Amino acid sequence: MNIEVRDRSEAPVVALLPTAIADCDIHHSPKDLKRIYPYLERRWQQHIAEYGLIPRQAYQAGPAYAKGQPDASRRDAWPPSGGRPGSDLAFMAEHHLDPNNIELGVLNMIRPHPGAFPNLDLSAAVCRALNEWQIAEWTQKDRRLKASILVPYEDGPAAVSEIERCAGHPDFVQVLLLTRTVEPMGQRRYWPIYEAAASASLPVGVHAFGFGGSPPSGGGWPSYYIEDMVGHAQSAQNALTSMVIEGIFERLANFRLVLIETGFAWLPALCWRLDNIWAKLKSETPHLKRPPSEYIRDRVWLTTQPMEEPEVRKHLFDIVDWIGWDKLLFASDYPHWDYDEPARALPLAIDPAQRTKLFIGNAKAVYRI
Amino acid sequence: MSKHVVFPLKDLPPGNRKVVNIGGRPIVIFNINGEVFALLDRCPHQGGQLSYGQLTGLVEASEPGKYCYSRPGEILRCPWHGWEFDVRTGKSWCDPSRIRTKSYNVAIEPGSKLVEGPYIAEVFRVTVEEDYIVVEA
Amino acid sequence: MNVASLGGIDCDIHPALPALRSLLPYLDDHWRDAVIQRGVHELNSIAYPDNAPITARTDFRSSGGRPGSDLDLLRAHTLDHFGSKAAICNCLYGVQLLFSEDMASAFARALNTWIAREWLDREPRLRASIIVPLQSPERAVDEIEHWARDQRFVQVLLPAMADLPYGRRTYWPIYAAAERHRLPIGIHAGSSYRHPVTAGVGWPSYYTEDYAAQAVGFQSQLTSLVCEGVFSKFPNLRVVLMESGCSWLPAHLWRLTKYWRSLRMEIPWVDRSPTEIVRSNVRLTLQPIDTPGEEELLKTIDHIGTDGLLLFSTDYPHWQFDGDEILPAELGADLIRKITVDNPLETYSRIKETLSS
Repeated sequence: MNIEVRDRSEAPVVALLPTAIADCDIHHSPKDLKRIYPYLERRWQQHIAEYGLIPRQAYQAGPAYAKGQPDASRRDAWPPSGGRPGSDLAFMAEHHLDPNNIELGVLNMIRPHPGAFPNLDLSAAVCRALNEWQIAEWTQKDRRLKASILVPYEDGPAAVSEIERCAGHPDFVQVLLLTRTVEPMGQRRYWPIYEAAASASLPVGVHAFGFGGSPPSGGGWPSYYIEDMVGHAQSAQNALTSMVIEGIFERLANFRLVLIETGFAWLPALCWRLDNIWAKLKSETPHLKRPPSEYIRDRVWLTTQPMEEPEVRKHLFDIVDWIGWDKLLFASDYPHWDYDEPARALPLAIDPAQRTKLFIGNAKAVYRI
Repeated sequence: MSKHVVFPLKDLPPGNRKVVNIGGRPIVIFNINGEVFALLDRCPHQGGQLSYGQLTGLVEASEPGKYCYSRPGEILRCPWHGWEFDVRTGKSWCDPSRIRTKSYNVAIEPGSKLVEGPYIAEVFRVTVEEDYIVVEA
Repeated sequence: MNVASLGGIDCDIHPALPALRSLLPYLDDHWRDAVIQRGVHELNSIAYPDNAPITARTDFRSSGGRPGSDLDLLRAHTLDHFGSKAAICNCLYGVQLLFSEDMASAFARALNTWIAREWLDREPRLRASIIVPLQSPERAVDEIEHWARDQRFVQVLLPAMADLPYGRRTYWPIYAAAERHRLPIGIHAGSSYRHPVTAGVGWPSYYTEDYAAQAVGFQSQLTSLVCEGVFSKFPNLRVVLMESGCSWLPAHLWRLTKYWRSLRMEIPWVDRSPTEIVRSNVRLTLQPIDTPGEEELLKTIDHIGTDGLLLFSTDYPHWQFDGDEILPAELGADLIRKITVDNPLETYSRIKETLSS
């Protein structure tokens, strides 16, 4: 019998997935911020050297919730050549894209997403630089990858400029916001962004995280990182409620929304609740012509990660049946630690038609690939 | 199951780990302060390679706020979702009765014992002067 | 369904204070004078705008009085109508929303006294939650100790959201007192608005969003109570979520338990699965039933993994159902009995004891 011995330092062994899939949430990042300087005015390079990238949170380095693992990443995702997880395209291809047979990978830049910076001019400048950089260094170099347009989302007009500048490029498949905005994202200050995205026939992707300045719970500041993490499902529910109730879907006939990294099992209960409440409080929102769940059914998609894990595995498919098999987009969240492995994330086998939709068909339809 | 002489002990100093593949099964072997442990190198959750995980101690609490740290280096956290496994038994900490990764019997055997057989040594010659890692898998 | 024969325990009704002046007889000289001298306004929360549709069902509004303020009507509309053996009064007059702890303490005492004198003393089927001044946990404990001897007070009432998440140790003296006196902690929909009512996305524009956000607020609170170890420290404490809905619960438990498996070392005092903890220590009142039909409700209960968590409620006079459609008859007699009688009696030992005597 052959025994193969290897040290831990050697490249990990991964098996090849037989069918091609789409991964609708991959996180790339510059090795260090200087990589984007070729696309950033000197004035902003100077600013960053003096002041850094100041967020709406206590620490320069990040939130006051210490994470569970370094850089909130899988421990095996650190590139052997150096740099943080997600910063090395060649390693990402070898470690994740190739073995998982990823035909379409949607890159969502959240480290950083400058849309969350309170300095709006800085936000606009860094968004622009990152957008240029990610096309030059990622999507043009690996044609499986598509990118999301970063916008200074707290500044409507500036965000519109960036959308209009970027929208023509075929490597961009959506406009990217983060869930925890300063005000609920359905409010008027954000409407120009949605109008511009809809004009360009691009969906808006809203990814978990961000920092709008209010506590991640309506009852105040939690103590623990686990609460912050679990709380993204709550934030997503409020953000989606705002989008529906403020009437964006009624206002813009072709506006589409993708919720990213918020999980999905919470959706049916929210739809039922919104329908129930709207039925009673209709007089408050005469601009809404249809029940909330219908807008959601028609115009909202969700990525699957982090997939909820019921004790009784088939319960998850009750949820998917309620949501619709055409509404979910598989995502891994590579290289983060709460990653969903394409070959193992689903709790039970599904039929080929469902599999095709979930793993690639829905993504290609939503992103018009 | 049979016993396999996988490599000399000197190839696995304390604080290190090595992965062997026996009959298609990846098995990670740890040397923790001179004691050796062997686990299936696959997390039962989504298949992450445990050999990439951190060895840490056991964190418990007698009551909220009172962290208690013991058994340094004996808890393996999966490099993906951080599930904790006791290296001695392979059992998970959150649900020991239902969630575990397989643990294998592993021992340090002197060459003098091994030259007599019937253990299987692959690829290298066993000498009486050295100690070897022997995994039953 | 013949609702008059339900014979259950109604775990959430809302007798209403007609107006602030109704509290004056129960305030001391200083506060009575302050109310008048300073022109203190009504303390009705934005959580239930007076004339908004959910605040009161049309047929529960009579000409003149505030819905829920008339005992005879309350008897007719809910106690007699649904054949309830007992009903728990959760008075939502917003004394807990004041910033001053002194004022909140005084007004809480007055409100609890008003409830005891004008409701509990007059109708033997009624029970009540003790309204406590959260602004000061010490004084909240005083309020609990003051009323605990009166077995008709069966719970401690908290609004859905306050200054800190409810798991935080600041509030633990309240839980200690409640556990000591076998009083569940009842958390009722309606924020105290110290923070935007949403989970980190700011103040919404519409009341519709606010009402929807209450369920989300409950999710955050449940996370906090579990993660901070409230049920490790107070294993006999029960928490009842009121007017929260229940259809969100399974997905929330799946997510919370998934993350606990990964991050257990951050909160090692949570030594068993959050799903197990919630099944043993948390209950939810029935209204509003957000599921569209009995199939979804039955599936939700199946997903929760136990039928022991739901507690019958009418939520009178809020508008949650039409006519007598209080719960689907298709649930079956056994489950209906569990929800209307068994689960409430198991949760409220004080009610169990006083009903049988």
